[in-house]
Amino acid sequence: MGRNAALPAGFERFRASGESTPDDTGCGVLHVDMDAFFAAVELRSRPELVDRPVVVAGAGPRSVVLSANYPARRYGVRSAMPVGAARRLCPQAVWIPPSRGAYSEVSRGVMAIFRDLTPLVEPLSLDEAFLDVSGALRRLGTTPAGIGALIRERVAAEHGITCSVGVAGAKFVAKLASGMAKPDGMLVVPVAQTLTFLHPLPLSALWGVGKKTEENLRRLGLDTIADVAKTPPDRLRRSLGTALGEHLHALANGLDDRAVVPESEDKSIGAEHTFDVDQHDRALLHRELLRLAERVAATLRAKGVRGRTVSIKVRFADFRTITRARTLLSATDVARELHTTAVALLDEAASGAAVRLLGVRVEGLSTGEGGEQLSFDTPAPRWREAEIAADVARSKFGAAAIRPASLLSPDEG
Amino acid sequence: MKIRVERDGLADAVAWVARSLPSRPPVPVLGGVLLDAGADGGSDALTVSGFDYEVSATVGVPATIADGGRTLVSGRLLADITKALPAQPVEISVDGARASITCGNARFSLPTMPVEDYPQLPAQPDLAGEVTGEAFAQAVTQVAVAAGKDDTLPMLTGMRLEISGSNLTLVATDRFRLAMREFSWSPAEGLADAAVLVPARTLADAAKSLGASGATVQVGLASGDGLLGLAGSGRYTTTRLLDAEFPPYRQLLPAQHTSRAVLQVSALAEAIKRVSLVAERGTQVRLEFSEGTLRLSAGGDDEGSAEEELPVDYEGESVTIAFNPGYLVDGLGALHADRAELTFTTPNRPALIKPADENGDVVPGYLYLLMPVRLPG
Repeated sequence: MGRNAALPAGFERFRASGESTPDDTGCGVLHVDMDAFFAAVELRSRPELVDRPVVVAGAGPRSVVLSANYPARRYGVRSAMPVGAARRLCPQAVWIPPSRGAYSEVSRGVMAIFRDLTPLVEPLSLDEAFLDVSGALRRLGTTPAGIGALIRERVAAEHGITCSVGVAGAKFVAKLASGMAKPDGMLVVPVAQTLTFLHPLPLSALWGVGKKTEENLRRLGLDTIADVAKTPPDRLRRSLGTALGEHLHALANGLDDRAVVPESEDKSIGAEHTFDVDQHDRALLHRELLRLAERVAATLRAKGVRGRTVSIKVRFADFRTITRARTLLSATDVARELHTTAVALLDEAASGAAVRLLGVRVEGLSTGEGGEQLSFDTPAPRWREAEIAADVARSKFGAAAIRPASLLSPDEG
Repeated sequence: MKIRVERDGLADAVAWVARSLPSRPPVPVLGGVLLDAGADGGSDALTVSGFDYEVSATVGVPATIADGGRTLVSGRLLADITKALPAQPVEISVDGARASITCGNARFSLPTMPVEDYPQLPAQPDLAGEVTGEAFAQAVTQVAVAAGKDDTLPMLTGMRLEISGSNLTLVATDRFRLAMREFSWSPAEGLADAAVLVPARTLADAAKSLGASGATVQVGLASGDGLLGLAGSGRYTTTRLLDAEFPPYRQLLPAQHTSRAVLQVSALAEAIKRVSLVAERGTQVRLEFSEGTLRLSAGGDDEGSAEEELPVDYEGESVTIAFNPGYLVDGLGALHADRAELTFTTPNRPALIKPADENGDVVPGYLYLLMPVRLPG
């Protein structure tokens, strides 16, 4: 990616770059948004097109643009624009039909990176999410902007796409910031400067302001967020209705106390890891599966669900990717069971080829309704109790506090 | 090679041999059937064989042999062809690399595979004992139901065969249930006691196809070579034994119980199937036992629920115990009896199911041990 697009005058000071980062104390909310997500995913396999306008869209007569890279956007091509209009704006663009499955797979990987850092992840769509990192700072020994930088690095390294991050004390400010940081940038809005950041912005930047509301506000003589902030709440209530009036007045004053709510109902829970160097070593791969199984099982237990189908994902050095799944006789949330199954799947599926990425996922989730099929050799309750005890220790002392011995590095032994 | 053979005999023989062939042979010759018409021409039977290193099957078919010889052709294809032939004598001849089959006005020409690449068929192991085909087939079927299907645990995909004098015991378990059948047979003179582990599915297939013919089944054992042989009605099979340790299972069999119920098998099985319609796959059916009544229920608020009551002869405290409905129905079906005795202690300990007679007394020889489902909360 080239240098970022120019920010409006006065906003450059919010940019976090390698040299300087604004004060991010108390900025617990991150909004992370993939840059031109579908197009970026497609360009991974066609890097020769990176500098040309590229549009991802279906082939049908009523298709709309799903994604356009930044060179295409320079011609005015935007997401959701009818294909015909986009063609008129940029006839020389390269048109790529959407690849099924690829985007959600990358999305899962990216969300997994987020969940690696904090359990409080609220995905808004495939390519964006809010993160509450305030509880993770001490454990990770960094600041919100540090986590933002880490996310940007890992997303680029593990998935070959870029993202932009907004760091702020409130959700909607973080979202505005990530939008302004695009592409491939990060903006930090210090809590003390939230209002200075917000007030010059146009009305449409406020969450909940569409065309209609914008017209109403203009009729009141309001043009910027600062104008809304200064307007008595009563006046806003009268012309916009109680709820919207109060909502906009609060936002314009930088008040947004909505919490980051982790996704409520998951269809599946998984974790994956990309090795720094492609790995052949069976024992090492098995250990990695154990680490992933531990993480997945802890998440299952934290959410109070169990899953019946265990799947692994293996990406080889040549990027060939396979998934293999096995359905258990009864649903589980025990890492040991996940690990046994994952190891069996890996040993059946993968010969000695070098592995780039490993993932473990559990599907077919159910809450406690279904009982547990006991077996003659059920040591499971004891494993489960041990793992629950470990959960408690980890929540107090961090993820490294307690681990299976095989996951200790030799110098820790 | 040039021979003439009856269509029905040939079709049956080829179909039987082809059943044991791998659907995706690792090398093409292992998907073949070997037709052996006595290379020296001195025999009056065609031998049809298949072998994939795990299982071998050999059967003789009366034939008029004009010219002896051996040839190897695709088993699936030959089975499909012979099944479809009209009811007329079949002529098979081999010329160079092609085999031709003529029957009535139909002619087929098949490529042959190199006989010299075909593995040597194992010799039939020494006779260990005899049992009637029907009894053997029933016993194997009763036990195979509990065998594991997961190849990652090879020892659980096997059926243990224990020979103790004139007593033969078959056992299988998949960790969740265990089926065991004991019966008497006629051991060969001087046979030493032994215990081997045989792939359960292969054994069930072989026992079923030999048992159907009604004849006596000869069981052969070559523990040294790791082979079990079964023979009957001119059909011979061998199966490679599993080289794995069967879990110590005798200690699982409960010595006592605190609750005992006697039930009609068909009424219970039908009721289980009905109420478990609302149970999502893999979830449990609950059995609530009390004096005189068994109340079955399944499901919950989300997916719908069902219940049904049955009369029961019950001794013990009121207890609710839950099972996987599929496992329970498997066990009831394997009893081959009209009534069943169900005994257990607590809801998280194994329950024992045995066949019972009209008086509610246990018919010895078979048991099905089933682990319950632990109810949430």
